Amino acid sequence: MSPESTPKGAAGLRARDTKAAALAEDHKAKGGALAGWLDDRTSAAKPTSYVLKKIFPDHWSFMLGEIAMFSLVILLVSGTILTFWFVPSAGTVIYNGSYVPLKGIPMSEAYKSTIDISFDVRGGLILRQIHHWAALLFTVSITVHMFRVFFTGAFRKPREINWVIGTVLSLLAINEGFTGYSLPDDLLSGTGLRAAEGFIQSVPVIGSYMAYFLFGGAFPGEAIIPRLFTIHVLLLPAVIIGLFTAHIVLVAVHKHTQYPGPGRTNDNVVGYPFMPVYMAKAGGFLFVVFGITALMGALVTINPIWLYGPYNPSQITAGSQPDWYMGFADGALRLFPGFFEFNIFGHPLSLNVFIPSLVVMPLLYTIAGVYPFLESWVTGDRREHHLLDRPRNAPTRTGLGAMAISFYLVLFIAAGNDLIAIKLGLSINEITQTLRVAVLVVPPLAYWVTKRICMSLQRRDRDRVLHGTETGRIVRTAEGRFFEVHEPMTELERWTLVQQESPAPRELSATVDANGLEKKHTLRERLQAKISSFYFTAGVPPVTPAELAAAAHDGSAREAIETEPNSGGQDEGEKDWVGQLHGGADERPETDAYASHEDGADPGPA
Amino acid sequence: MSEQGTEPAGEHLSQPVAAARQGQGQVERQGRVESQGAIPERFTNPGLPPHVPRSADLEENAARRAERQVATLFGISMVATVVFLVAYFAIDPATYQFIPGIGQANLSNVVLGISLAVSLLGIGFGAVHWAKTLMPDTEVSEDRHPMRSSQAARRDAVETITTSGAAAQLGRRPLIKYTLGGALGLVALPLVVQLTGGLGPLPGTELATTFWRKGMRLMRDPEMTPIKLSDVTLGSVFHVMPEGIDLSPHALEEKAKAAVILISLPPAAIQVTKELDWSVDGIVAYSMICTHVGCPVGLYEHRTHQLLCPCHQSTFDVTQDAAVVFGPAHRPLPQLQITVDADGYLIAAAPFQQPVGPTYWERG
Amino acid sequence: MKALGSHRRHPAAIVVLLLLGLVATGGLYSVLDPRAAQAAVSSATDVTSGRQLFLANCASCHGVNGQGGKVGPSLAGVGAAAVDFQVGTGRMPLAGSGAPQAPQGKEVLFSDQEIANLGAYVATLGAGPSIPDSADTQGDGNVAKGNQLFKTNCAMCHNFAGSGGALSQGKYAPSLSNVTGKHIYEAMVSGPQSMPVFNDQNLSPADKNDIISYLHYLDQSKNPGGLNLGNLGPVSEGMFIWIFGLGLVIGAAVWLGSKAA
Repeated sequence: MSPESTPKGAAGLRARDTKAAALAEDHKAKGGALAGWLDDRTSAAKPTSYVLKKIFPDHWSFMLGEIAMFSLVILLVSGTILTFWFVPSAGTVIYNGSYVPLKGIPMSEAYKSTIDISFDVRGGLILRQIHHWAALLFTVSITVHMFRVFFTGAFRKPREINWVIGTVLSLLAINEGFTGYSLPDDLLSGTGLRAAEGFIQSVPVIGSYMAYFLFGGAFPGEAIIPRLFTIHVLLLPAVIIGLFTAHIVLVAVHKHTQYPGPGRTNDNVVGYPFMPVYMAKAGGFLFVVFGITALMGALVTINPIWLYGPYNPSQITAGSQPDWYMGFADGALRLFPGFFEFNIFGHPLSLNVFIPSLVVMPLLYTIAGVYPFLESWVTGDRREHHLLDRPRNAPTRTGLGAMAISFYLVLFIAAGNDLIAIKLGLSINEITQTLRVAVLVVPPLAYWVTKRICMSLQRRDRDRVLHGTETGRIVRTAEGRFFEVHEPMTELERWTLVQQESPAPRELSATVDANGLEKKHTLRERLQAKISSFYFTAGVPPVTPAELAAAAHDGSAREAIETEPNSGGQDEGEKDWVGQLHGGADERPETDAYASHEDGADPGPA
Repeated sequence: MSEQGTEPAGEHLSQPVAAARQGQGQVERQGRVESQGAIPERFTNPGLPPHVPRSADLEENAARRAERQVATLFGISMVATVVFLVAYFAIDPATYQFIPGIGQANLSNVVLGISLAVSLLGIGFGAVHWAKTLMPDTEVSEDRHPMRSSQAARRDAVETITTSGAAAQLGRRPLIKYTLGGALGLVALPLVVQLTGGLGPLPGTELATTFWRKGMRLMRDPEMTPIKLSDVTLGSVFHVMPEGIDLSPHALEEKAKAAVILISLPPAAIQVTKELDWSVDGIVAYSMICTHVGCPVGLYEHRTHQLLCPCHQSTFDVTQDAAVVFGPAHRPLPQLQITVDADGYLIAAAPFQQPVGPTYWERG
Repeated sequence: MKALGSHRRHPAAIVVLLLLGLVATGGLYSVLDPRAAQAAVSSATDVTSGRQLFLANCASCHGVNGQGGKVGPSLAGVGAAAVDFQVGTGRMPLAGSGAPQAPQGKEVLFSDQEIANLGAYVATLGAGPSIPDSADTQGDGNVAKGNQLFKTNCAMCHNFAGSGGALSQGKYAPSLSNVTGKHIYEAMVSGPQSMPVFNDQNLSPADKNDIISYLHYLDQSKNPGGLNLGNLGPVSEGMFIWIFGLGLVIGAAVWLGSKAA
């Protein structure tokens, strides 16, 4: 407060009150009394303006993570309300509610409370349906968000930590979903728990102990439902919320990445400020996502547990599948052949169950989690990256991503093999055998095809920059030669296509050191160089100004047709094709029948 | 363009062109065009594109129209909220209403859901439309700073840690360091022990045994009535539980292991001697718990005499002692030896001779 | 005419021509299609005319005396119930061969009286289940009990709501929606194709009536939550969210990020 001399006595003690009163006036003028009250107690003014002035770039693909965030909010709200009616107990009761096909049937309290929510609690069914649809939307949006981040290279420095957090969040989200849909203890999810117990049992050495510990005894037991409830409502949400907070704090600290474009560099972020634009857009989007989820909950049934019936270990339904995000694990279980069970030292090692159920998922997520570090080791790139890659400009990465996705998709499709069989009239055995082959053949094929597509897209970009876009107008010169007019790209259009870096593999440093002695490279260095050159194989470099200038001379070296690319606007009429003529004999290779063969005596168009 | 991809335009140019190029700041080297002098190495960023104003920025009419649209959307939202509140109390949760395209749907669910959706979407679309039409859409650029802190800051942090660490005398007092490590390492254990130590009983022999005992009658599931030999006609399938299992204190847990499927085959079709010995007139009983991960194997295809598990499509041939013929299971289904008692009812002649269900380590 | 001629080379012209051709062919066929001969209607079942129908339509696969042949199994002991089911649902006579199982027919080729006669004849080939008492196929039994029985005995092949399920090698358990109580009973008692036999000692007539009641309850197609997506479980829900849910939300995001007019 006041740095002046401290007045003595009671009057002196009061002296500061006038200062406070003056400050209060100040508050009233500029921020409102409430804001002032808060700032007096928290120094919130500076962080508030820091947050409100934050710039976010505008692109729809940046909203995918927001869909996940908003779905999480919906799940928390709807889930909390559901816990007021759900009874997480496996104790047996006889049903006597309003749903006729279950009257008099014994069932668990968990199942009964869920049926009551669906039929006897006002608004209960819409609440359950919104909750489950939001869970599906949550997992779907996490997945597409992860794909967007991967294919644009947004996981590079400084965002590797965020990528790892995101991978963990994704794993937690699907487990949260699994525990959640197992809570009602219906026939379908109970079958899923039975399968889960089966694969825990298959763990070598400790499997039966782990199964008994988790289920509190033999399957099904009375402990699993309350334990799943604790995991689903307390444990996992707490971890998810903590990690997700760290995730968005990091986004704020790093500032969001942006797509390359005119005016956007690696050292700036171009977009709109949080206040007011993003508060309205992002806030509005929350309501839109919630509204769409509510619409689905209103019109489309999800998880009709009243039709499945209560769980009974001797009952099963045809077409037993888990929710979509566990589909790849179920598919892996269906595809893995049965002969992989061996006996070691008199104990069975059930790899046909252990690998697809308990190894595939953690392995895939681990590979995903360490990918940024692998890529930076291979490329040797230690710079910060805030400009995103167009996927075509990183063909190897895009190809690897396509390979991973195709592997995942084959497993995912395998989980629905019986439904594919009845809907398409095929044999389920043939489908399974085909997919067993496909899971090994399709991913490398997908890699190769995707990589070639990226490279051809890159070459097309080069072509567009060098030769402009074809207008379809044919021009006939006085000598009777035909050329097609190409519209050159404007500087603004062109920038996005030429801003990327040339592929630059790590090369082995000099083989001879300062004293002239041959330097031996370590295995690691040689491996690095080899993988690096594989990563950058056949990468297509961007067009340089020199190349563009060379291309503007359309192959006949005549002054008359050399003009700047942007001259199209000045000379209307016949002259506007000047400098942009392509096609004709001059651009054909020498071996071509239609190539001009006179040495240097090519007249070209007048 | 060649397949190598690194070939730029110009490789096929004839000599005079190459010569002509030399004078324009480019040189052709090994077919690659390189810049020299006048032309820059790479393109430069042209800067932000010119701002294009929206109609609401230019005309007040357009702005007012946008305002009206936003207000309408918010208004619709308010109406929908009121509809939700009224419907919540007015509609009986048991009412069904025919909705075209859906069928007989629960009216309360549909009305509450749609009104909620409209009230939310109204706000959402309204806010977004407001932002798009009326809020500033001039792009703003903000500078980034490297994440790396300045050298000074780093030095300061390191210094703070080291001096305070030194001040704590941790380096000089190794005894403290070691005992601290030990204490912290051990203190987490009570929590771990509480969580795991109190967890569940040990499996013991439970996984290897079922409720079945010699002499127990085979009962229909779920009615729990006994089955006479004469009830079983050719091609029949019965889902079976042991007598008395519903009175067991852990009925559900016992049922999860004791489920049995009774199948009537023509005796001539059975190809394994042991299977025939354990059957009665071609009626065989097998454990219904799949040896893959434990789903009930209920699908019996009586023409092909195969049992199919719907979970992962493990297929067992009942004429071959339930050997696996397709799918991810490895072991055949265990057979229950059955016989007929004095009154003509089917009974178990012995309990299962091997553990049922999925593989586990101690199974041997 | 000139206007029409000027559109001769229009890309849609070939499509229009094909459609016209298809409509013409289909229409002509449906008008000129030869129909199966109608037998005279008689009030009681006529074993003799049943035998004649059998010889004309079934003997080529099932043998002259129903003893079975290379393609069709023996019909001794299947009973009138099996005939009523197979012929009454159009599964028999089997239209083509090569399919893993006889599909439900598009149309029933015989009248009710003819089916009854056929059934009476086949019943003479060996004792088998007879056509059920109508009291047991009304579907007025205990829906909840039927639900329990269905889940234990039927859901593993036909799915929890009777939407059908896959069997091995291309065979399948068909959907049970909108099937008459009589046919449901007969299928249970005769064990058609891959389906096992659920005789009256396994599931009593009252039990069967309960199951029929449950299935007819489902047929009233009460979908409390809305569209039921075929009652096929999480697979269709997953498809829906990826296609429509994500599609709608991304559509909103694209609209959100685009510039206003």
